[in-house]
Amino acid sequence: MEKNIKTVEISHLVKKFGHFTAVDDISFDVYKGEIFGFLGANGAGKTTAMRILCGLSRPTSGQGTVAGHSILKDQEKIKRHIGYMSQKFSLYTDLKVWENIELFGGIYGLNDKQIVSKTDEMLKALSMENARNMFVRDMPLGWKQKLAFSIAMAHNPEIVFLDEPTSGVDPVTRRNFWELIYKAASDGVTVFVTTHYMDEAEYCDRVSIMVDGRIEALASPALLKERYEARNMDEVFSKIAGRAKREL
Amino acid sequence: MKEIFAFIRKEFWHISRDRRTTLIVLVMPVVQILLFGFAISTEVHNAVVDIVGDTTDPIVRNVMSRIEGNKYLSIGEIHDMPSQAEARLRKGRAKAVLFFERDFDKKFNSDGKAVVRIVSDGADPNTAQIVTGYIQGVLQSEQLALTEEMIGQGRVSMRPNLQLMYNPAMNSSYNFVPGVMGLILMLICSMMTAVSIVREKEMGTLELVLVSPVKPFWIILSKLTPYLVLSIINYVSVLLLAHYVMGVPINGSITLLSLASLIFVGSSLGLGLLVSVISKTQQTAMLLCGMGLTMPTMMLSGIIFPCESMPVALQILSDIIPAKWYIIIVKRIMIQGVGAQAIAKELAVLSCMMFFLLGISIKKFKTRL
Repeated sequence: MEKNIKTVEISHLVKKFGHFTAVDDISFDVYKGEIFGFLGANGAGKTTAMRILCGLSRPTSGQGTVAGHSILKDQEKIKRHIGYMSQKFSLYTDLKVWENIELFGGIYGLNDKQIVSKTDEMLKALSMENARNMFVRDMPLGWKQKLAFSIAMAHNPEIVFLDEPTSGVDPVTRRNFWELIYKAASDGVTVFVTTHYMDEAEYCDRVSIMVDGRIEALASPALLKERYEARNMDEVFSKIAGRAKREL
Repeated sequence: MKEIFAFIRKEFWHISRDRRTTLIVLVMPVVQILLFGFAISTEVHNAVVDIVGDTTDPIVRNVMSRIEGNKYLSIGEIHDMPSQAEARLRKGRAKAVLFFERDFDKKFNSDGKAVVRIVSDGADPNTAQIVTGYIQGVLQSEQLALTEEMIGQGRVSMRPNLQLMYNPAMNSSYNFVPGVMGLILMLICSMMTAVSIVREKEMGTLELVLVSPVKPFWIILSKLTPYLVLSIINYVSVLLLAHYVMGVPINGSITLLSLASLIFVGSSLGLGLLVSVISKTQQTAMLLCGMGLTMPTMMLSGIIFPCESMPVALQILSDIIPAKWYIIIVKRIMIQGVGAQAIAKELAVLSCMMFFLLGISIKKFKTRL
């Protein structure tokens, strides 16, 4: 993690839907190569905030930059420099593995030669050389998630957004997945990850916990545990998220 | 540009993987054209007419031979008792019965008046009307012959000489083919487009595409392109079938016809896009396309019921259905062989609809994202 380079800078971000304030004045920075855990109970406003960071929606007020581009003006530029993997479906299941790689490579502007070499490289790294012609729907969930992550990283983004990337898989597969995350971070890619698994929160460099649209806590897992006198992140989360007033 | 090609190719992959749908899309037009052209015909052939009367009577015999000579009618059974004829009618064995008065010839010659009654099966009013019309024609020509015989060489006769322009044989396929063309193009373009977009919405993959740097407009364009290609294939296959199998003429310019079809396809794609914006699930999209688009098109665009005989309110409603205008254009170009000038108004209306539908749906689509 390089503390002097900020990949995400957000200040006083607010998003309202009518009278409902989904994101209520949040500010934070994320550094290059950092694994940033973005936690919160369902409905705390995580997804809304993340959509703004990805250039999918505009904030009601506040400002910020992602990968050096303004979230207000340069949404299209942001999209070029980020990778995105969403919780369940990040791949087209009725397409083959190589077709998925080719599609997303094409969308992000890689040329044919780059796509070919990227495909080989990626499948080798994942030990999925034999799965090239497999339909994605026939793959085990763990494979799908790894492949989706690699595809999200194919165009060498500065920051990758992972929206509950490991939901629904067993602990061993999750560990394997996190090895990919560590590898990406050590290569200097910023990883912005949401999760409901508190053991995963422990793996993050820093963790923010959202409650009712606000960031209630933001620090390293060790610091948070100390501050809230908790044995693990699970307890920290329960103590903080337990204050939520919003009803779902 | 490369991004868009990657995208369009992906759509074709989707279509080719979904074999059942592809098969339906490509085979449905062929089946529909053949069904409408051959099986579903409003023409009446060899309608059975029973006779109740004295077959030794000269006029009755003349009428019978005229019926036999008529290619739309044929003689069924000859009865003495009216009840037998009624039984045949009830069973549907005969479409109509002719009741001749007793001593028909004698009365006709002495009183100058004799009664013949036509009874037809009103359970099927369309056929009944057509059959009755044919029988009346037969009786009229017999009467004319008799009158001429009586007062000499046709001094006072008025003989209408009928000529049906453009469709002398009254082939109903001339009416159905343009209708089916309109229906198929609309169905394929709107339903397929809507379902394919809503499917991605349901699966969540649309989100994925949206975070990519591809502009929404190109996403829409790449979604529409495959269905444009499919409908061109359908258009060509329907046209070939209509012309070479059904014998429907293409009297006008095929370029003009294709242009009009392209405009119509554009407006249907717009409708599909609009449906995809409104619907959250594939079922909703299907229902909306089926009930909301196909049914009104069937009923109100003049395929089955002529627009002119509808109540004013429905006529106004039919005016906002793109297929109505398209079908008028197709009929006029294919059957009447008119040029662009004669269909300028319809073409203009259709073009406005296309721009309106595409414009509003693209705008809505973008804001929904």
